[in-house]
Amino acid sequence: MTAAIEVTPAWYLVLGAVVFSIGAFGLLIRRNPLVMFMCVELMLNAVTLTFVTFSRMVRDTGGQSIVVIVLVVAAAEVVVGLAIIVALLRKRPGATADDVAILEG
Amino acid sequence: MIELIVFAVAGLACLAGAVGVVASSNPVHAALSLVGTLFGIAVLFVAQLANFLAAVQVIVYAGAIVVLFLFVIMLLGVDRVEDLRVEPLGGGQRVTAAVVAAGVLGLVLTALASTGWDATGAVGEVDESVPDINQLGEALFTRYLYAFEITSLLLVIAVVGAVLLSRRVRGEQEIVDPGQAERQAEITDRIARAEARASATNGSDDEDVEREPTPAEEVRS
Repeated sequence: MTAAIEVTPAWYLVLGAVVFSIGAFGLLIRRNPLVMFMCVELMLNAVTLTFVTFSRMVRDTGGQSIVVIVLVVAAAEVVVGLAIIVALLRKRPGATADDVAILEG
Repeated sequence: MIELIVFAVAGLACLAGAVGVVASSNPVHAALSLVGTLFGIAVLFVAQLANFLAAVQVIVYAGAIVVLFLFVIMLLGVDRVEDLRVEPLGGGQRVTAAVVAAGVLGLVLTALASTGWDATGAVGEVDESVPDINQLGEALFTRYLYAFEITSLLLVIAVVGAVLLSRRVRGEQEIVDPGQAERQAEITDRIARAEARASATNGSDDEDVEREPTPAEEVRS
């Protein structure tokens, strides 16, 4: 009988790093502003997972507190960002990230 | 053992969702894949004794943010399929993106490995018998009170900004399209010619009726 594999906090950190990298990769290759925004959400979530892991590792609530604040900031960011995307796509349907300059003026 | 199974399932959901967001050609599918990742992260929060944050994660992210994404996709009608062989910037950019993402991953993993996969220093004095929501509430309303108050200001600013940005200005030209005027003139011209043909075939009926000049005729005159 082999010993049960223990899930150490490092596993969570590695998972967070992988999800963050996938989000960064998607942000760089996609041109649809909505999908780029979802990739930013992926990266934010990977970081919150890391914060919660550290919070448990060092036995301090600071990590969890900052996750609450990150959630609020993410919600505000999504509201403003989607408003900008709506304004962009209303001006030119099918706009990509290269067309943001049409919002000028 | 149970923790391993939970981690494996939730971690797979996270990774599959993340890949789905990046690789879906349809934005609706990308948004639904995002839900998978968010749920996986929420499960991992529970596995790390952050029950309150898991609930907030599901309510705020899956319940509000993804729904907002879906609303925008549906309302703007951008749920068309994109050709992923063309749509992600081809060749050079894709290679550069892969290199950058691998570099970020390598950097983080190297930092983690340099600590012997045990990246922690000081150990605080959290009593694990106290529920996490009590600890979190106490921390937020005492030590981090100012940061918490400032987030309320941020929310107000975000709401005002969103209303201002998505407001439809009266008289604003909606679509910037260089050939639009010409096409519009051509369409009205075609309608006018069809009307003229129709009135010529049964012209005896309404011969004495004063015909209004069509817009295209007005434009031409």
